[in-house]
Amino acid sequence: MDNNWVLQVKNVSKEYGGNSVLRDVSLSVKPGEIHALVGENGAGKSTLMNILFGMPVIHETGGFTGEVWLKGKKAEIESPKKAMEAGIGMVHQEFMLLPGFSVAENVKLNREPTKPNWFSGVSGNKLETLDLQKMGSDTRRALDKIEMDIDEWLPLVGMPVGYRQFIEIAREIDKADLSLLVLDEPTAVLTETEASRLLSVLKKLAESGIGVLFISHRLEEVCEIADTVTVLRDGEVIATMPKTETKLEAIAEMMVGRKISRSKTAESGRAIDEGNILEIRDLYVDMPGEYVNGANLTVRRGEILGIGGLAGHGKLGIANGIMGLYPSSGTLIFDGGEIPLNNAQASLEAGLVSLSEDRRGVGLLLDESIEDNIALASMISRKKFLKRVGPLPVSVLDRKAIREHANKMISLLEIKCTGPEQSVRRLSGGNQQKVCVAKAITMEPRLLLVSEPTRGIDVGAKERVLSMIKSLNRENGITVVMISSELQELRSMCDRIAIMYKGRICGILDPDAPDAEFGFCMAGKGGIPSD
Amino acid sequence: MKQRIRQNAVPVLFLCMCVLGVLISGQNLRYIAQELISRLARNWFLVLSLIIPVTAGLGLNFAIVLGAMAGQVGLIIATHYKLPGLLGLITAIILAMPIAVVLGISAGHVLNKARGREMITSMMLGFAVNGIYQLVFLFMAGTVFPIKNPEIMLDNGVGLRGTIELKYCKYALDNLIRLRLFGIDIPLAPIIVVILLCFGIRWLYQTKLGQELRAVGQDMGVASVAGINVDRTRITAMVMSTVLAAIGQVIFLQNIGTMNTFNSHEQIGTVAIASLLVGGATVSRATVGQGLIGTLLFQLLFIISPAAGQRLMGNAQIGEYFRVFIGYGIIGAALLIHAWERSTSQRSAHRQPKEKTPEVTLNN
Repeated sequence: MDNNWVLQVKNVSKEYGGNSVLRDVSLSVKPGEIHALVGENGAGKSTLMNILFGMPVIHETGGFTGEVWLKGKKAEIESPKKAMEAGIGMVHQEFMLLPGFSVAENVKLNREPTKPNWFSGVSGNKLETLDLQKMGSDTRRALDKIEMDIDEWLPLVGMPVGYRQFIEIAREIDKADLSLLVLDEPTAVLTETEASRLLSVLKKLAESGIGVLFISHRLEEVCEIADTVTVLRDGEVIATMPKTETKLEAIAEMMVGRKISRSKTAESGRAIDEGNILEIRDLYVDMPGEYVNGANLTVRRGEILGIGGLAGHGKLGIANGIMGLYPSSGTLIFDGGEIPLNNAQASLEAGLVSLSEDRRGVGLLLDESIEDNIALASMISRKKFLKRVGPLPVSVLDRKAIREHANKMISLLEIKCTGPEQSVRRLSGGNQQKVCVAKAITMEPRLLLVSEPTRGIDVGAKERVLSMIKSLNRENGITVVMISSELQELRSMCDRIAIMYKGRICGILDPDAPDAEFGFCMAGKGGIPSD
Repeated sequence: MKQRIRQNAVPVLFLCMCVLGVLISGQNLRYIAQELISRLARNWFLVLSLIIPVTAGLGLNFAIVLGAMAGQVGLIIATHYKLPGLLGLITAIILAMPIAVVLGISAGHVLNKARGREMITSMMLGFAVNGIYQLVFLFMAGTVFPIKNPEIMLDNGVGLRGTIELKYCKYALDNLIRLRLFGIDIPLAPIIVVILLCFGIRWLYQTKLGQELRAVGQDMGVASVAGINVDRTRITAMVMSTVLAAIGQVIFLQNIGTMNTFNSHEQIGTVAIASLLVGGATVSRATVGQGLIGTLLFQLLFIISPAAGQRLMGNAQIGEYFRVFIGYGIIGAALLIHAWERSTSQRSAHRQPKEKTPEVTLNN
């Protein structure tokens, strides 16, 4: 029976530095089958792809356990080259095309047909002449198969993104022994018509006997073309089912749904007044990969507002736009006054403080000490920790005050370190995050933007960081906007959760709303903005 | 159209300067032509040795200095054994080859470790290997290994002379075929060699290897996903460039006739690179044609600038300053433009896929 499968993944598990990202994953693809793999961000889809394609990142991080079988035989895929030889074709999320080459040169890259010449006899096939005619005709054939009528000798430069996606597919189907085609979010960059053309091309390819593994966020697409759907969540296979049994809602719920016990006790004395502390109107942020395209959002004084959504839909762009770190346009009204955009200094002075998602890059000076990291930003924008030298018009650091403050913070936040002089690089992720929090508190924020606060830190520290943020809100009355990919986290922390889709707010939900509703919002459906 | 003018702005500008310079200097055209042809014959090969690394994405290879040193080692040995004429020349080249290959491989390895900083690294490599070269020929010659030919030795018996006269193989290639046309003496043989090299490079880019070089030059990531061994390809490019530079230096010196043992190679990198850039090449794009034309314009400037300076300012030195200023200025400008273009293209590359939704799985 084994021979009836193009691909079998058997009990594959993978860890990255102690974090398990895939647990005991199994899945199988038949020839001619379109198998859809769906899941949230961080569900492990891309890791599975990387394993199938032998990407170096897998082997550099200690490999994986479990087996991959191709066409009924156990396969050792150590490199992309091995994967290609084994008949796996991959259409990457990032285009793997050379802009300076023509379509044909791209399609035939490193598989160029060659002709021997005078010199090639001695030195092997590297010096054989390219057979341009055959390159062209092969490419033509592949393009015809997917109904593309562009000239195969046109350079790629300037071609629309949609074309490139099809050229990638042409390259894969040109491979003679292709038996499995893996597509990672192929429609993410396409327009609607292009996407539907792509789907019909995929169906045709599957009919010719190629197995297709299709990764997508767009559930309607999945329901349209997949024969089988596998849902991955937190690195585990939640369900594999034939399409006939699937329903959009069911998949959405499975993608998101962890039955969680939320302890949302009615807290008394919460001062969430109806007044808005921050109003975002028509915000556009040009942050590569996280564009915001006209978001409207209001934040009430005293609340914790969550912003969720899949990666790439702009939730990080909001915080970075507000803080003036990426070019943006729109209107920001904070506490009644307008704040100029694209001006980090102004945002800071108004009392907006952000805990960056890029802790090690933006949030911290890794080689500086804990105390300096805590004090530096406040020194600059709040003029703290400075003292005058006699009558001179210069200020110098107040080392003593910095040290005292740092020690206070270290004991308050339980930062595990050898002392305030230790450099931040040596701290664990959780403790680094605590330093960031300390830095933010020192800034005396009126509104705190927290981006991915628990990314890359261990479970125990997660709790600690989250409860710290919560107590800032409850005890110090700081309004918090929390941005996270982990819906779970948002639901346990927030008073309201805004979900972003394609750079806009797709809906604002109650943390207790059913899983399916969150799933729908993240897929760009339903959810009318509630304000 | 605008694009085309922009692309050829540099050579056009230099052409104008050269024409002006010729007019101002008032030099005899025949003299200029004679000077030019012999300078071209000795410089072209070296300049063309730069093209392969540019297309392979290694930028301007300042490390052709390494090849030049290898070539000089060959010439020193050939001169030491008093090998006459073409025999000496060919021996020098054959001896230089393995040295150039070894240097090219090591340089390639180093540059693979220094991705994105290839140019400055290759420049530093030139200095580093120069140190070894000096050690060998200034100190070890005569002490560690014996030198039997006193003509090339310092009188105290340790180290080579600062200038070595290449009296045995001087003009060996130039004199092979001499052509007189309109009273101009044309050394045909080195020009034929250059033509062969041009065709060789053109042919290379029609082969599988050439395609790989170009692919690696455009995007190492894409090339490696396509199964191309990126590191190896880059090393191959360096080896080819270094070997060609070794041959180029031998051709260069047989025309000059004397070798500044410890200096001749040092200027090679900057002069050749400036020539290529004057032809309109950039850090990431260079063609044979640009190399040929660039050398022509740059050398023409060499010939006329002292006289032009003399005529214009009453001081030949001014023209010389001007020329040096332009020679190094063009390199600086090219690097600046490259940095600027790279930063803008990165920005626009980010801008393009507006609705892209990349996924993050690695969170450590």
